[in-house]
Amino acid sequence: MNWSRRWINPVIDKEFRLRMRTPRSAVSLMLYILVLGLVAMGFIYVTMYLNNGNTQRFNSSVGRTMFYVLSFAQLILIAFMAPALTAGVISTEREKQTLNMLLTTQQSSATIVLSKLFSSLSFMFLIMLATMPIYSIVFLYGGISLSQLLSIFLFYVFVMLLLGSLGVMFSTIFKKTMISIIVTYGVGLFIFIVTGLLYLFFLSITSRSFSSSPTPPAYSWVGYILGLNPGGALISLLEPTFSKSAFNVRQTTLNSQAPIQLWLEFMLVYSVVIIGSILISIRRIRPVRGRRNRMKIDRHSHTSPGSSSDSDPEVPVMQPKSS
Amino acid sequence: MIEIEQLSKHYGSFHALKNINLTIAEGTVFGFVGPNGAGKSTTMAILATLMLPSSGTAKVDGFEVTDYPKEVRKRIGYMPDFFGVYDQLKTTEYLHFYGASYNIPRPERDKLIPQLLELVNLTDKQDAYVDSLSRGMKQRLCLARCLVHDPKVLILDEPASGLDPRARIEMREILKELKMMGKTIIISSHILPELAEMVDEIGVIEHGEMVAQGKVSDIQNRLRVKKVLHIRSLGQEEELALKLQDEPFVTGVLSDNTGVHVHFSGGDEDQRQLLQHIIGWGYPIVSFHEAQTNLEDVFLEITKGGVAT
Repeated sequence: MNWSRRWINPVIDKEFRLRMRTPRSAVSLMLYILVLGLVAMGFIYVTMYLNNGNTQRFNSSVGRTMFYVLSFAQLILIAFMAPALTAGVISTEREKQTLNMLLTTQQSSATIVLSKLFSSLSFMFLIMLATMPIYSIVFLYGGISLSQLLSIFLFYVFVMLLLGSLGVMFSTIFKKTMISIIVTYGVGLFIFIVTGLLYLFFLSITSRSFSSSPTPPAYSWVGYILGLNPGGALISLLEPTFSKSAFNVRQTTLNSQAPIQLWLEFMLVYSVVIIGSILISIRRIRPVRGRRNRMKIDRHSHTSPGSSSDSDPEVPVMQPKSS
Repeated sequence: MIEIEQLSKHYGSFHALKNINLTIAEGTVFGFVGPNGAGKSTTMAILATLMLPSSGTAKVDGFEVTDYPKEVRKRIGYMPDFFGVYDQLKTTEYLHFYGASYNIPRPERDKLIPQLLELVNLTDKQDAYVDSLSRGMKQRLCLARCLVHDPKVLILDEPASGLDPRARIEMREILKELKMMGKTIIISSHILPELAEMVDEIGVIEHGEMVAQGKVSDIQNRLRVKKVLHIRSLGQEEELALKLQDEPFVTGVLSDNTGVHVHFSGGDEDQRQLLQHIIGWGYPIVSFHEAQTNLEDVFLEITKGGVAT
């Protein structure tokens, strides 16, 4: 088991144990699959029995529509689950009064934050993998390639990482888990809903100004707003031509490509958010971070009392004070 | 081992610590005494690298806490006044987690953890979930956690708080054992007589200021804490009490059914002369002894009754 000792640090190990020993985890997993399964079954019921059109059976277009429905249902479920799993990882430790003891160990701030994020997202990933059998129904109908399925799942991982890193950041900043969860859901709501509404709002304004302009440009900036919305990015992954129509306010036929694919813009912008959130979490978790770099600079100008030539340049030689 | 110089901590206009100076030698058991909110926990949190001081320096084993927190953490075992445990872990898993967090290899931990459990009398609970342990057991487990990386310094903030008398005695016995192991221990407690039994030095802190520091006996002498002499006689105690009031160095006399209590400000020679006088008067004395002045008396004397607790 050397590999596990090397890759699974104590914080991850502890988080895995604690997570899988609570009945809540099993219940969450079951409910998640149940909801997604009901969506799939409901879709099959609607398309195959209420339609009265038996000719629709095992049509690839039905498979494709079902895949879209499942993909959006999964995205919404992730939006609900990821903040709940991550927005309390640090604040719960603080509330349970275990954080101070963890912070006095040799684990670095980065290890603690990243391990907690990783372990929470691992559980989310496990849930996502558990939904695979539901997706297998799609393949009965056809119309979806394995690479499409894979790209959608990678997109989910990215969305989980985004919401997870925001959750961990707020959990580090706010002392109360409840506040952290509310703020994380609030920001999630902004990303999922407000960006979409902003797009629709600015689309109606710009399309009006475009129609009054004698020489309107080929594409409008308004498409960039939709690139911030996970729904828009997901559709652009499913339908590559969607990015073009998102930027094309006049809805005319254009031969040129869209300025940027929406999913690519989504990933670029939110990568910065993810990195920023993680860095803030690492910085905020401990008030005392050490001033090694400053001390290193100082030692170039004058020798510190505890240092010697054969010692580690970053650590002063220990000189116990005699009583 | 621990050097604190001009350490201050303030939150806005509130000064939790005001220019604290403190030196604790290696192997010393240092009792931190003070009312609630005096600054004990703040000082300990700064030493444990959990809080930044507003000004001043604090060193553990020569390492400044804000400059070299990682080195300091290697050398300290910190037990906060209020702490939680991971309820879903077993006792041994709990210690393994902290051992691994201090980068102790698994084979070493496998040998170390049974020893630690034995030290804190929890061997029979090694497979129990932490959740099922009593408060006293959790307290002892937390103490074992502090020792998992064999630190030179133990910072124990109210380790006996909330414990029943039996658990308190168990905790005290463990601390005595740690003292014998040569650990430098900083311990705060409200149970002052318990501290008196094990501490080498005390520091009395009030309103963020260190009002006294040193050996308990030195502080007692410096403050000239009055002795109380307890005299028991076979009858005629009230008459004896009246006569004693006129004796030199006697500042007060009380008589009750347990005997005569004499507040005495003289030294040992004066005390000998007083005993000689009483015997000379011919009273049927059966006992004459000095009531032990404890840490509580010292604390009350220093803080002049301005104690919040």
